[in-house]
Amino acid sequence: MMSAATTRAPKLQVRNATKIYNTRSGDLLAIDRCSLDVQAGEIVSIVGPSGCGKTTLLWSMSGLHGLTSGNVLLDGRAITGPNPEIGMVFQEANLLPWRNLAANINFPFEIKGTRPDRIWIDELLGRVGLEGFGGRFPRELSGGMQQRAALVRALSFKPSVLLMDEPFGALDAFTREEMNGLVEEIWLDTQTTIVLITHSIEEAIFLSDRIIVMSPRPGRVASVHEVPFARPRTLEIMSTKEVFDLTNIIKMEIVGEQQSRYRQVSGAEAPARPART
Amino acid sequence: MSETDAIPEFNKPGAAGEVGVAAGMSALAAGPGIRSLREVVAIILVAVVIIGGTQVLLTVFNVPPYIMPKPTEIGWALVTDFHLIAPHLGYTLVELLSGFAIGAVVGLILAAVITQFPFVEKIVTPYILLLVTTPMLALVPLLILRFGFGYTPRIIAVALAAGPMVMINAATGFRRVDRGKIALARSYGASTIQIFWKVRAPMALPMIFVGLMVGSIFGLLTAVGAEMVGGGFGLGNRLTSYSSMIQMPQFFAVVLILSILGILIYVLFFLLGKKFASWEA
Repeated sequence: MMSAATTRAPKLQVRNATKIYNTRSGDLLAIDRCSLDVQAGEIVSIVGPSGCGKTTLLWSMSGLHGLTSGNVLLDGRAITGPNPEIGMVFQEANLLPWRNLAANINFPFEIKGTRPDRIWIDELLGRVGLEGFGGRFPRELSGGMQQRAALVRALSFKPSVLLMDEPFGALDAFTREEMNGLVEEIWLDTQTTIVLITHSIEEAIFLSDRIIVMSPRPGRVASVHEVPFARPRTLEIMSTKEVFDLTNIIKMEIVGEQQSRYRQVSGAEAPARPART
Repeated sequence: MSETDAIPEFNKPGAAGEVGVAAGMSALAAGPGIRSLREVVAIILVAVVIIGGTQVLLTVFNVPPYIMPKPTEIGWALVTDFHLIAPHLGYTLVELLSGFAIGAVVGLILAAVITQFPFVEKIVTPYILLLVTTPMLALVPLLILRFGFGYTPRIIAVALAAGPMVMINAATGFRRVDRGKIALARSYGASTIQIFWKVRAPMALPMIFVGLMVGSIFGLLTAVGAEMVGGGFGLGNRLTSYSSMIQMPQFFAVVLILSILGILIYVLFFLLGKKFASWEA
């Protein structure tokens, strides 16, 4: 599967993506000439310090907002607006509180004017352990259940690309691990291309084929790390030395980038940067 | 053991939802929900004590009915004279319902349209505020001069009183933009109209009910006030008429009917809000 993917054109290409926000206090360069490719069936994580433009980059990929310059290509075609091939999972579960779970999952189909594939949705609901909860309202569900419902909603219309914007950031550590396992399990089945923003390096390592580290604002692609561990990954892998080392390297890159900025500002010498893999 | 201190339990709808529509958004809408039989009994007991106490005091001090009629006299007047008052209740209801319908529809449409254009909204808002704060009763003599003593000036006054109230609350509701939810709808390719009907409108619904409730009560006040200013019919007219004839039991019977009407309006919108907007706990 993966070898086939490398010979094909990338599923998602970001080329020199630059985004400037015109704010009241002047122009803000959020991301600066970001380029990256995502192969079909790949899971790619984007990590980086707060405010480095990760969300801006992801929203550009989803077509929710445009770029100041550069472009995003899906299967070789430029993305100019929301695309039916792309599913989005947001920071919060983002369920509509006035709709019960079934109506929430129906929401994309109401907007698109298409018919939901009930068998597929029931299968997804079963997989995430939400069968029989269709009549419940979001406020009656726990945070983890809400985020699982959001995952089902995003996958309900079988997108070929799933973009996740810090999807599990609001969950506790245990629920988060559980959700990570769930995402991998679904991915093993569907081979959906996934781009994931996260603050958790562990989460990035557990899920990704590649991890992209972004620099502080303006966001640029600072480095790319391959994650070589075999799938399905287990929690045991997560306590190996390899994972520990990779975590530290990425952590030092993120922290180091920030520290060197502070040093530059204060005039002190920059700290030694860890070697990149 | 007070129930207000109880922690709402997870997976128990109603524990938090019972508090009702848009709790805390408007003092008028923030009334506590009645939950137990014990509370109902306590409320009735308070009424019995107040009414009974008034009866006893008025009897003991031998207060003449033209100063303050006894509750029993008021109750009796309500029974004997109801057939005389009932048509006027009908007239008032006609004014209230038609004026409120016009005001609410115009107010809702204006709120929905104006909130789509922030610039227009900024320009219009001070004038709406002016309409909200100006007592429309003040216009009634003028309206009577122009439209005569019939329904027309009263319906206009009611619409002018209710409309801006509905509008200002509904606009607050429509303005509650949740960027995440709008982004969600947009990610499925939703149009502006779809976003309005599927996201903005449902999100505004609790505030719309608050507006309808406040607007209808203001409409009732204005209808009765307008009837007191001029014209020979309606409950407000009965109030001036009965008081000028010193028929105080009948006067208070009308006041009682108006109170009940107001409470019924409140309960109606409270229940509607609970049915259609109870998700906002």
